[in-house]
Amino acid sequence: MSRTRAVAAVSVVSALGLVVGCGSSDGGGTGGGKKDGKVTITMGLFGVMGFKETGLLDKYMKEHPDVVIKADVAGDEQTYYTALQTHLAAGSGLKDIQGIEIGRAKELSDTQQDKFVDLAGAAGTDHFLPWKQSQVTTEDKKVIGLGTDIGPMAVCYRKDLFEQAGLPTDRDEVAKLWEGDWSKYVDAGKKFKQKSKADKVAFMDSSSGLFNAMIYGDSQQFYDKQGELIYGTNPVVKNAWKLASEAATSDLTAKLRQFQPGWDPGLANSTFATTVCPAWMLAHISEKAGPANKGKWDVAKAPKGANWGGSFLGVMEKSPVKKEAQELVAWLTAPEQQAYLFEKIGNFPSSQKALEMPEVVDAKSDYFAGAPIGQIFGDAAKEIPDEQVLGRKDGTIKDIFSQGLTLIEAQNKTPDEAWKTTDKRIEKAAG
Amino acid sequence: MAISTSTSPDGAPAAAPPDGTGTGAERQRRRTLLHRLDLHGAPYAFVAPFFVVFAAFSFYPLIYTSWISLHRVELSTLNVMEWVGFDNYTALWEDDRFWNALLNTITIGVLSTVPQLMMALGLAHLLNYQLRGSTFFRVAALTPYATSVGAAALVFTMLFERDFGMINWMLSLVGIDNIDFENNKWAAQTAISTIVIWRWTGYNALLYLAAMQAIPRDRYEAAAIDGASRWQQFLKVTVPGIRATIVFTIVLSTIGATQLFGEPLIFGQGPNGITGGADNQYQTLGLLLYEEGWKNYQMGRAATVAWAMFLLLIVVFAVQQVVKRVLARRA
Repeated sequence: MSRTRAVAAVSVVSALGLVVGCGSSDGGGTGGGKKDGKVTITMGLFGVMGFKETGLLDKYMKEHPDVVIKADVAGDEQTYYTALQTHLAAGSGLKDIQGIEIGRAKELSDTQQDKFVDLAGAAGTDHFLPWKQSQVTTEDKKVIGLGTDIGPMAVCYRKDLFEQAGLPTDRDEVAKLWEGDWSKYVDAGKKFKQKSKADKVAFMDSSSGLFNAMIYGDSQQFYDKQGELIYGTNPVVKNAWKLASEAATSDLTAKLRQFQPGWDPGLANSTFATTVCPAWMLAHISEKAGPANKGKWDVAKAPKGANWGGSFLGVMEKSPVKKEAQELVAWLTAPEQQAYLFEKIGNFPSSQKALEMPEVVDAKSDYFAGAPIGQIFGDAAKEIPDEQVLGRKDGTIKDIFSQGLTLIEAQNKTPDEAWKTTDKRIEKAAG
Repeated sequence: MAISTSTSPDGAPAAAPPDGTGTGAERQRRRTLLHRLDLHGAPYAFVAPFFVVFAAFSFYPLIYTSWISLHRVELSTLNVMEWVGFDNYTALWEDDRFWNALLNTITIGVLSTVPQLMMALGLAHLLNYQLRGSTFFRVAALTPYATSVGAAALVFTMLFERDFGMINWMLSLVGIDNIDFENNKWAAQTAISTIVIWRWTGYNALLYLAAMQAIPRDRYEAAAIDGASRWQQFLKVTVPGIRATIVFTIVLSTIGATQLFGEPLIFGQGPNGITGGADNQYQTLGLLLYEEGWKNYQMGRAATVAWAMFLLLIVVFAVQQVVKRVLARRA
């Protein structure tokens, strides 16, 4: 009898324990801390930011034996950002250092600035491109992150497929094909399609790549400086939509979505001849297209300079190792490290000083037929508008536009129908 | 009712000890109380863990969700809530994405449930024969169920890939052109149903098999003596014999189909998975909830979808009960 009582008591206590256990929060720690003279710094990253992959973190730990860095890398930025939002809202589960993608920069600096450490005026951080820094600066001049890379754009093309189609193969002549105007790029595609002997090869991978390249060449895309949605009237967006849907309806695309299933095998099996490529995409192309296609790819200047992507690193206000985390962020984004990352994986520096370093200026890519990528992307970076207006839902709206273009490309909708659907969806997502 | 040792048969209190101190009586009474608590309280204590967990993880979220659904609130600023009454519900009612998702949930549900239960029935019938290594086959039937949704969906996504997928390759051998499984509505829904069918057929087959084994052998013998063929035995003895189990699996599958989420999400991958295709061609209610909550970050609207799904399940359940009762009355 006493046994049943004991069991009953235990089960009641454990049941209550479960509830209490769930109710109590951890006070919002960030995972890092100091223990036995060792400092642990945790990082939340996404995609291929390169710090872990190229051994930079290991190098830092070697130079600072009392520091341990634990970095979590999420493959998909959408998943990463959703988790970050949840953690910010709950005030727990955050890392000491969190990566911020450019499409989310505005939303975070508008709604979550209190949760980030102000990095304005931090020692040795006055070397960034002014427009890069301004993207994470709040109205009262608080800086919530330091820039990692930027995404100046060029056109990556296949020399062998161009030759088959009777187009020039030299990168300067190729650049002349579409110099100054994206519509000439589409015209070149039409020529390619007429003369190409391989009828299973499309001129470009997706119309959304072209769309992105066109809109990011201007200082305003979806929002104006006051934060109002202007995509519906902005001529830049309208023109980009028109040209991208023209490419889609003229059957110039392989109907793929970048970074989605089918795109990687498309690179490996050569189902398209060009793709608009920001600097950070080179690493992906060379990895997925594989050694078999080495030297067949080349890089040519885009009709107009534009910036696609680029990230930041922010430090959380709740971190118990704020000071150490700031030092790490400053080191990771310092000119030397940015130049190193560019050499290693092609992430283009956002630091003005790094842009002048010989490692960057003279960089050539073996995989892309020895293309002088330092020069090409450096020139493109100079053409990037000095001011770039970001909006709160930039990332989401960009996704909705590429789905809108898929409607034309793969679902046989007319451009008008697709625009109406896109318009409605943006209203739902951003309204 | 408990029989207490401290009460005499006539209900009078037990005699106090001869020395008459009274402490013994008090101790006795306390013991009686504990004893009754033990008998009456213990069962409640034993079931308490479930109900406490249920209250914390199911009931409280349910109530909280309904509260949120009456507000406009974003994920990044959960503490800022703006009261909007039933606006979210009326907006959902007028939203064609909701009706599209509802229809897709039903079509994918039917496309996956009906063949799945049919195949499970056939498979169970085969496993019910005396065969060598039957344990192996029974375990094998259950392996797909033990595979994670993610892994299964990823493999099937590769099989159904447009340019280099194995299924299109096999179709090309018989002269069928590449099918764009993702962008064609019915092809996409069929592909997703395939994943569901693959995962759940074995599970349902084992449920049927268990029920079949409870059917008395002599019924089959009697049927055989009457000259019934195998097929007739299946129809006239097996199926009526496991009717209750069939109803049970239908209820389970319906609930599963209503909540369909992982398969289409991974089938599409990236932004297209969240919206169920560029044209929402395979967006289920579960995906719509996810899109509102974790892409648009509108928690109020997501909560509204969750409640709509909950109410829908209740309606489906009620309809099933009515059908069952009508059928029973007819029989």
